[in-house]
Amino acid sequence: MAEITAPEPTRRDFLYVATGAVTAVGAVFAAWPFIDQMNPTGGVLAMASIEQDISAIQPGQQVVFKWRGHPLFVRRRTPKEIAEADNVSVDSLPDPLARNANLPDDAPATDKNRATKAEWLILVGVCTHLGCTPTAFEGEYGGWLCHCHGSQYDTAGRIRKGPAPQNLAVPVYTFLNPTRIRVG
Amino acid sequence: MHGPAYVPKTNFTRWLDKRLPIIRFVNDTITTYPTPRNLNFWYTFGGILTFMLGVQIVTGIVLAMHYVPNANLAFDSVENITRDVNYGWLLRFLHADGASMFFLAVYIHMFRGLYYGSYKEPRELLWILGVIIYILMMATAFFGYVLPWGQMSFWGATVITNLFSSIDQIVPHAGTAITTWLWGDFAVGDPTLNRFFSLHYLLPFIIAGVVGLHIWALHVPGNNNPLGIDVKGPQDTVPFHPYYTAKDSFYLCLFVLVYAIIVFYRPDFFGNPDNYIPANPLVTPTDIVPEWYLLPFYAMLRSVPQKLIGVLVLFGALATLFFVPWLDTSKVRSCRFRPLMKQFFWIFALDCVLLGYVGSQTADAAWHLGGFDLPLVWLARLGTIYYYAFFWVILPFVGLIERPKSLPQTIAQAVLGAGRSQPAPAE
Repeated sequence: MAEITAPEPTRRDFLYVATGAVTAVGAVFAAWPFIDQMNPTGGVLAMASIEQDISAIQPGQQVVFKWRGHPLFVRRRTPKEIAEADNVSVDSLPDPLARNANLPDDAPATDKNRATKAEWLILVGVCTHLGCTPTAFEGEYGGWLCHCHGSQYDTAGRIRKGPAPQNLAVPVYTFLNPTRIRVG
Repeated sequence: MHGPAYVPKTNFTRWLDKRLPIIRFVNDTITTYPTPRNLNFWYTFGGILTFMLGVQIVTGIVLAMHYVPNANLAFDSVENITRDVNYGWLLRFLHADGASMFFLAVYIHMFRGLYYGSYKEPRELLWILGVIIYILMMATAFFGYVLPWGQMSFWGATVITNLFSSIDQIVPHAGTAITTWLWGDFAVGDPTLNRFFSLHYLLPFIIAGVVGLHIWALHVPGNNNPLGIDVKGPQDTVPFHPYYTAKDSFYLCLFVLVYAIIVFYRPDFFGNPDNYIPANPLVTPTDIVPEWYLLPFYAMLRSVPQKLIGVLVLFGALATLFFVPWLDTSKVRSCRFRPLMKQFFWIFALDCVLLGYVGSQTADAAWHLGGFDLPLVWLARLGTIYYYAFFWVILPFVGLIERPKSLPQTIAQAVLGAGRSQPAPAE
């Protein structure tokens, strides 16, 4: 067995180690305010919801509102567009989840789960790839085409082709009456 | 490396030398610093880059006296600088085009380093410090491009910061938390603009610091040279001043001439017309392209149809540069004596240009060749594969199998042709 030859730690050794430890912990605590100051302020966090009258939107039209700094798509779909989206098997989709904030996280991406009132599709207009705004009525699936990097969404806003990993998000919304919605 | 030692001649300089040997420092690092006598045109870009860093800092400081980092005022304040501030048009375009000239020079500088093997032992750290400067330059340029708050500024900021959202695919919600933290909001907005301005002001001074280390790391082993052989003695070198101060100044003048032509006659040559439209968070421009110096990396990102992997390929292309000193297995530095490597090098240079071209085209662009459409994304994939293969496969393996040409004994012999028995270099 090896003999322990190091001298007994002195009171001074203890003070050195204790001072170093306190300094390290203090440095971490001191750094936090400098990091956290970059997060959204209270004012930004007090996220406003918006109410919109949607009575003027015609079938086959999309209107863009601004919500929390992002574009909000409100699209009144034609029967043909609804049927196209409804006829797709969920298993064949790159992202099989509904991504609907009004539903549980694991809800499947059926057309019904994407648009609870089939005629009205309400989406956050932010491409899930790198955040550009996709252009409506373009691309192979007639939904949206993102010009930045070529992601294509169908008429239910589900990703079908290109680098985007997820379906366009459906925000929390309620119909206050048949022609008025509140989002957020 | 040191030249003749400094000897103070007056009472004052003797007094100063004992207390703050600053004249000795300048003497050792600039005046008498021994430099290989065969440095060619391609070696003048280090000096040009130092000059450009100075230009960017000086023009930047005065532009900051007029610029307003506020989402509602930024665009107008830049227009105000261009139209109403005395000589504001000159200062703005010196700065904006200066960034492009800076990158032009740094790319020549980097390709020169690759060609002549300037990254090889004992200059590994010199190369790595250079890569750090390059990455800091890209960050600075990105922050600066956001400041005019036009459409390209806004959407460029959105796309680049969203690269971090791909972390969501590794740690759920972590990527979103990072982007929110970077933005200070749930989208790119006023807080983002403010902090980008702060960082854009800060980073050039950090670059200046790393440039100091870069030059320090250069002066310990001394310059590489086009022959890639070590300096053997005083016959191989000349003092930096006046030989290279004169040579650098001459080429700097030519460089500034090109710079001036762009600033005075084509100030928007490198710019994108969409950036004269104020930022609109609801409409993305149809063709969003980064500045030219980022295009090859943009093409790599777009060549991958999966978000996370695309982002990794982009950052991996930069990270690869850090390993270059250890990936090259050849004992010979300069491509002048590496017949095989020389060919791969030029293919690599063309590859970077090709990737840049593809990056400048739309995501769904294609070449029409007869009755056949070649989607450019396939060119980007090919180009990306070659980029990686060049560093991770070609650089290690060619060094093992290649038979280099015979090296001259000394720089002096090669340059002066002394003792004619040795063949003079072809160039």
